[in-house]
Amino acid sequence: MAGITPIVMPKWGLSMEKGTVTEWLVPEGTRIEVGMAILEVETDKIAKAVEAPDPGTLRRIVANAGELLPVKALLGVMAEPEVSEGDIDAYVAEYVTPAADEGEESDASPEMQRIDIGDISIRYARRGKKDGIPVLFIHGFGGDLDNWLFNIDALAEQSPVIALDLPGHGQSTVRLPGTSLAALADFIVSFMKALDVPQAHIVGHSMGGAIGAQIALDQPERVASLALIASAGLGDEINAGYTDGFISASSRRDLKPVLEQLFSDPSLVTRQIVDDVLKYKRLDGVTELLATLSGALFGGGRQREKPGLRLAETGKRVLVLWGREDRILPVEHSTNAPQGAIVQVFDQAGHMVQMERASDVNRMLGSHVAG
Amino acid sequence: MARKISLKQAVNEAIDQEMTRDPLVILMGEDIVGGAGGSGEMDAWGGVLGVTKGLYAKHGDRLLDTPLSESAYIGAAIGAAACGMRPIAELMFIDFLGVCLDQVYNQAAKFKYMFGGKAQTPVVIRTMVGAGFRAAAQHSQMLTPLVTHIPGLKVVCPSNPYDTKGLLIQSIRDNDPVIFCEHKNLYALEGDVPEASYTIPFGEANVVREGKHASIVTYGLMVHRSLEAAELLSKEGIEVEVVDLRTLSPLDMDTVLDSVTKTGRLVCVDEANPRCSIAADVSAQVVMQAFGALKAGIEMVTPPHVPVPFSPALEDLYIPSGAQIAAAVRKTLQKGKN
Repeated sequence: MAGITPIVMPKWGLSMEKGTVTEWLVPEGTRIEVGMAILEVETDKIAKAVEAPDPGTLRRIVANAGELLPVKALLGVMAEPEVSEGDIDAYVAEYVTPAADEGEESDASPEMQRIDIGDISIRYARRGKKDGIPVLFIHGFGGDLDNWLFNIDALAEQSPVIALDLPGHGQSTVRLPGTSLAALADFIVSFMKALDVPQAHIVGHSMGGAIGAQIALDQPERVASLALIASAGLGDEINAGYTDGFISASSRRDLKPVLEQLFSDPSLVTRQIVDDVLKYKRLDGVTELLATLSGALFGGGRQREKPGLRLAETGKRVLVLWGREDRILPVEHSTNAPQGAIVQVFDQAGHMVQMERASDVNRMLGSHVAG
Repeated sequence: MARKISLKQAVNEAIDQEMTRDPLVILMGEDIVGGAGGSGEMDAWGGVLGVTKGLYAKHGDRLLDTPLSESAYIGAAIGAAACGMRPIAELMFIDFLGVCLDQVYNQAAKFKYMFGGKAQTPVVIRTMVGAGFRAAAQHSQMLTPLVTHIPGLKVVCPSNPYDTKGLLIQSIRDNDPVIFCEHKNLYALEGDVPEASYTIPFGEANVVREGKHASIVTYGLMVHRSLEAAELLSKEGIEVEVVDLRTLSPLDMDTVLDSVTKTGRLVCVDEANPRCSIAADVSAQVVMQAFGALKAGIEMVTPPHVPVPFSPALEDLYIPSGAQIAAAVRKTLQKGKN
């Protein structure tokens, strides 16, 4: 209907089917600007504010606090003042929640796929359009593709998207192809070849950013553009308290304060996030693997390799995003971005800036990828 | 990679992976090999409910079929452990513990203490617990308090397939005697379990549901009844926190105390008989350590203090239900301070 914008249950991450409305942050009648936090939604993974993708006036709250609703269910209605209450009533009455993305449950397009690269089985997700240069998401040390919970589906609206669990991470095989950035970069290129992806827009977070930068140096023809989010490889220091704490924590009690260092808002570290990380860390061999990798790349709080400092010679388009309150990699490293790079520092965001400022990050990634 | 398997398969997979990893791991029990090699029988029975089916074909004579004499083979397993093996002994039902109790509580549990810490007894006694199987008074008991009472034994009672695999692998690698209690009515329960080996440390309770109005502390099958109660109560606007103890020895009181400090109200749910039960133990410790946090008296939900009845109708009444647990939560919410 003309002039009416629905507010729907977001889809945060590949596994999200339902979410609970915890609280409306603004009353009916509020003038909504783009990016404004409208309401809070909680999933079994995370609680977060839903931000307005479009401007308008909040005319109707449809879903009450406490309601558990499927993805895309109608939560509220925004409309201009000239739209009548009757039209809004009719819109709400006629709204049908669309089914989950077609093909999602079918064999043709499973949520998660696997591919063997040598003796390492990699878990990955492939979403979005079939045509075009894909966006390849590379997570950081100790992370997995769920670190892109709020980003994958947003980018999938404009591009093909691929996200993987790095070797020794997430649900990929607990084995490393090597402990240098060059070995990891070479592995990612093998992964791209196996998926028949000649070139990608590489988006890397933290250690994943350093791997992306290394690919741009070693095999520039594979890289269409580079987005470095709170990236390693752009400076010297790294918070060894975090990396060592992440490796050694074996209980929920020990791990929670470590993970809280990743965020500006520590309440984002839910029980589910801690449990998911613990499940990974308790797999045989993971602790030793992480210790080996950390020792090789950033032992003693010093980064051994800084490929980000040599990016100017590649001539690639580079986007650098950082959270001002990053406690893992100092925000000052963003000033080492290559000349010509677009650099954006976000307030009220820590190391996981792609989660804490998801809408802004997605918008910037979107225009960066579009060129 | 995680996929859905049953709790029974989780037990089988944990043993299989540890037998593959460590040649010192052996498995002994009644009818675990029985049938193999006989006429028309290609595989071993894998125990009375087939939990270890398929392992004989893979690991051969590291599986030992034992005579119907628990006093002999549980003793043999403990002796083998004291001599450096890592035996897993299947005690078909925990109810049979009586005939081999001296080996367990006077020998296995004591070696480390009586030999100045120089002796290790890395034995796992896997055993079925719990009612609801129409198996009457001598095959249905929840004797977890009996073994938890004995210092020197570790006691595990998982509620789901993920915990079962991780805790059983931890039990096999642990250097102390472990009583690993498998609830027979949870064997068919399915859940996500990684294919790779992993361990869950002892003494870490799991908060399976978060809530702010009251805490339910429980373990085993009762975790699921407590979650049913939590669902019922949430429709009334009551949000309960459910703590799954997972291991009874060691016991994670820190998680229990954190939860009670948050909610101020406690309901202990135990499938064991009420006197000297896990519920009674947890209640006493909370009163001693966090009396000030309690806003109301503690409630306990347990079966009555009688043997498990054979009559199916009575057996169903005997086992605490979600409705009973919900009623206990409502009762504690009506009492005391706000």
